Amino acid sequence: MSPLLFWILAVVSVGAAVLMITTKNPVRSALALVTTFLCVAVYYITLSAQFIAAVQVIVYAGAIMVLFLFVIMLLNLGAPQALEEKGSLQPVIAWSLGGILLLTLTAARSLFTLNSPQAGANVYEPLGTVRAIGLNLFDPAQPWLFPFEMTSILLLVATVGAIIMAKRQV
Amino acid sequence: MSDLFNGIFPEYWAGIHLPSLVPYIAMVGSFAFVLGILPMLIWIERVVIALMQDRKGPNRVGPRGLLQPPADVLKLFFKEDITPGNVDKWLYYIAPMITVTLAFAGSATLATAVMNFRAENGDVFSLPVSVGDVNVGLLYILGISSLQVYGIILAGWSSNNKYSLLGGLRASAQLISYELSMGLSLLCVVILVGSLKVGSIVEAQNVMPFGIAERPEWWWQMFKGSFLSWFWIGSGLIPVIIYTISMIAETNRAPFDLPEAESELVAGFHTEYSSMKFAMFFSGEYVAMLTVSGLNAAVFWGGSLPPLNILPLTLVPGFIWFIIKIMMGIFLYTWLRATLPRLRYDALMNLGWKRMLPLGLVWLFILAALTLHSEGSKGRDTVPAAPVAEIKAPAVRGTRSARN
Repeated sequence: MSPLLFWILAVVSVGAAVLMITTKNPVRSALALVTTFLCVAVYYITLSAQFIAAVQVIVYAGAIMVLFLFVIMLLNLGAPQALEEKGSLQPVIAWSLGGILLLTLTAARSLFTLNSPQAGANVYEPLGTVRAIGLNLFDPAQPWLFPFEMTSILLLVATVGAIIMAKRQV
Repeated sequence: MSDLFNGIFPEYWAGIHLPSLVPYIAMVGSFAFVLGILPMLIWIERVVIALMQDRKGPNRVGPRGLLQPPADVLKLFFKEDITPGNVDKWLYYIAPMITVTLAFAGSATLATAVMNFRAENGDVFSLPVSVGDVNVGLLYILGISSLQVYGIILAGWSSNNKYSLLGGLRASAQLISYELSMGLSLLCVVILVGSLKVGSIVEAQNVMPFGIAERPEWWWQMFKGSFLSWFWIGSGLIPVIIYTISMIAETNRAPFDLPEAESELVAGFHTEYSSMKFAMFFSGEYVAMLTVSGLNAAVFWGGSLPPLNILPLTLVPGFIWFIIKIMMGIFLYTWLRATLPRLRYDALMNLGWKRMLPLGLVWLFILAALTLHSEGSKGRDTVPAAPVAEIKAPAVRGTRSARN
């Protein structure tokens, strides 16, 4: 990744993430989250994981966040004052948990080893393609077929459950 | 010279590596084409609809009404730009920008033509002319088209108008529903080709039709890459029908134009937009029409291939064929708009979810089974096992050296 691209991405993605939690308007907050997701997709592309990048855009930015926006708009959460909670413990807990996470990352030294120049150069490029992912995922010699199918069954059960619960309330 | 006559360019010309210029040619060319044809599309639409309704059509401004598009553009530029009260300003201004940006971004992975180059050692190789012929090309286009919901839904919500909101909600429900059928019909072709690159899909149509063997006689060669070997028939007609219906629904055009149904919703999600902001929605819609017609042309109608592989037709450059096929898609849009009445909303949802989606799923399974059957004898292809070890090794070394 060139330094210019890195700085653009870093500023936009971190800025959008900060905006997402600081803005009082829920619609803008959701849009900031979409921007963060798109930046993550670009990160995936720079790591030559093109399939994951495309899926990130289609699933997260294209489907899940649209659902979020639908809910926000239909429940009419637009009024910013409605969201302000007073005397809540949440900011205290959030700050302390964030501090603990930072301490853990510092103690594990993972913050300082990110810069290793070897990690970027040795990414095997064809590994992120649709073909390589498909062939690895469905290869009987690899251990990933069973978890993959279990996940899809889980998703199917969740879909059927959601439909049944929605039908019951009508 | 004979090379250039056959459409083969040298790899190096005056020390410039020509193949690496191809993405820039595609970028500039597609932008120039889209922006140039955009005002003309309105004229084409008016003329075609007038033809079908036995009217004269535009004939006041300039010869054959040809100056009507510039007049329209000037009018849009100089109209008063009204921002209604109580709108969410930020979202209200960004919504048309999102729409038009995504519409232009969508065509980036389309392969508009094929260019041939002669390498230093005399071999001829060909490159698809596209901004980026990445190996997730189709997924990229689907992803961009799934993001197009944002422009519409934000416009509808931020306008602070109940007609806009209803139009925006209708549009997004419609986009989400028809995206699935669109993806399924494209997947049918992906299964046959084994690649998501638009360039390889076009290339895979340059074979003999119906899998018959190749023979050297010209009357036999005539059918290589001809209209009979394109995927509209190669994938069995069902996917191209599903794709064509869902591409019209995806761009919110008649008979699926419920988001802007004039008799019910004034103008739908862009009711409160005027002047250039309305023009951005308008051009976004037309660019999206060009993009989905281009995808239709590239995936199902042979992209830049001529309809028959005989001499006068093969002399025409590939991008001309591609443009002709795109314009046939635009003609289809106009034809449908002039002839079909608007669907009722529940009929629209029933068509998407209860007819096209199950049909597409069944057809996908049939094609998958047939492909598996025909490829069963060839043996499985596998990815070399080496890469996993290659990736792990440097990462472990990296962390160790950092800890020490």
